[in-house]
Amino acid sequence: MRAFRAQVAAEVRMTLERGETLLVTIGIPAFLLVFFSLVHVLPTGKGKPVDFLAPGVLALAVMSTAMVSLGIATGFERSYGVLKRLGATPLGRPRLLGAKISAVLAVEVAQVVVLAAIALGLGWRPHPAAGLAVLAELLATVAFGGIGLAMAGSLRAEINLAAANALYIVLLLIGGVVFPLGKLGGFATFARLLPAGALTQALHPTLGQGAAPGVEAWAVLAGWAVLAPLLAALTFSWE
Amino acid sequence: MAAIEVDKLRVRYGQRTAVDGISFTVEPGEVVALLGPNGAGKTTTVETLEGYRLPDEGEVRVLGLDPHAEHSRLVGEIGVVLQRGGVYPVMSGARALKLFASYYDSPRPPAELLSLLGLEEVADTPFKRLSGGEQQRLLLALALVGRPSVCFLDEPTAGVDPAGRVVVRDVVASCREEGVAVLLTSHELDEVERMADRVVIIDHGKVRAAGTAGELAGGQEVRFSVEGTLPLGRIEESLGAKVLAEGSSYRLQGVTDPAVAARLTALLAEEGVTLTDLRVGRERLEDVFLRLVAGEEP
Repeated sequence: MRAFRAQVAAEVRMTLERGETLLVTIGIPAFLLVFFSLVHVLPTGKGKPVDFLAPGVLALAVMSTAMVSLGIATGFERSYGVLKRLGATPLGRPRLLGAKISAVLAVEVAQVVVLAAIALGLGWRPHPAAGLAVLAELLATVAFGGIGLAMAGSLRAEINLAAANALYIVLLLIGGVVFPLGKLGGFATFARLLPAGALTQALHPTLGQGAAPGVEAWAVLAGWAVLAPLLAALTFSWE
Repeated sequence: MAAIEVDKLRVRYGQRTAVDGISFTVEPGEVVALLGPNGAGKTTTVETLEGYRLPDEGEVRVLGLDPHAEHSRLVGEIGVVLQRGGVYPVMSGARALKLFASYYDSPRPPAELLSLLGLEEVADTPFKRLSGGEQQRLLLALALVGRPSVCFLDEPTAGVDPAGRVVVRDVVASCREEGVAVLLTSHELDEVERMADRVVIIDHGKVRAAGTAGELAGGQEVRFSVEGTLPLGRIEESLGAKVLAEGSSYRLQGVTDPAVAARLTALLAEEGVTLTDLRVGRERLEDVFLRLVAGEEP
């Protein structure tokens, strides 16, 4: 237990000490939230922009930590021989993986607190019965974590870095984070099958009206949550 | 029971055979060096003992355990320095040692290791900003934090400055005194001669020679150089020894009696050949190594 706690603490601390990680996990989501809430240029519909943007950036937060931050860090740890070296200690792979998951969840909690506080300050009023949103975020964490680790475990660290950041931008644009999926034209059908699109489709009704998301969003999220970690487990090379 | 047992180990990467039937043992309190050029199979052998690779043939045991199948039972007992890296680049030595210490039941205090390896002044410097020698010493400290009974040190002095080498040698010597079995690899003969009790010279995945540095050196030898042409037949006949040309010098094969040198000198004088260099002494490990590895078949 001592090893696990120390590893979680080390993972969280390293995550929070990386400037570029803070930029994608807190900086960019917070900036998008504030900027587009105050500057009404996005086609977010009749309501307040923040009501659309807040669920979007909460989805972006999960994506940035579980996929981008976890994936990039793990990719570099792999290339620096850290994962290999840890394999020769009593820590073991299950505890290392458990520590990484715990660290991701801890950072996500911090992100939700910060971003929700900013959104509330901007006039966001989420529906109080939003329990399903937590479930959607957890499923998405598993899905995005699987994608991040699948890339980290098979690509060279520098390519993984570029790919994870590129994926972040693409999913930011077509994941229903800042542009509603309905405004994406031909992209919309494709976008709904991606984990980012499914997550925002789940978060909007739950946080907006306290309504249950459609079956399609759950099915897509669950599918990614099973397939992505499975792919990572099958393809991950430790050195 | 030997701490490390390697019996007819064979490891292949696809078509290429990296380790081709190697056998050796390391006893508790013994320092054994695998010596060989790059690509000889040293790291593959060590990584098989660490449990990273599976033998294609043969058997390896560390403390009587199968390093792959019984990995989780073994990891608490071994200390490892990988050939390359192994530490979070942003983490300082003090933090890395504290983290690694948390993995073990009764670790050595990080402060004690920082002092032992001479790293106190750079304890709070991130790994990536340490010099090559400091990084290597930190990796050694991390290998020792769990009080291992067996240490695998892959190139422990690579990139280490002379002062750092003294520290590394002292630490290896103290491991020996504490009864730790140490298997190290190197392609630096000088270091091996100073650190190891026994040397296993490997090349192309095979053991070419094994023994103490003294045994390998094989006693006295006579080496000489001349100006002009050497009357080879005459010398071989009257000294009763084969003369081997090695670069610009000659070696009397199988001759261990220094008195032969006197007869050789007289003989060359009779023949009117000028002797430019004559050395009688112990063959150095370097000569053995070069002879075995650089082409000449034993």
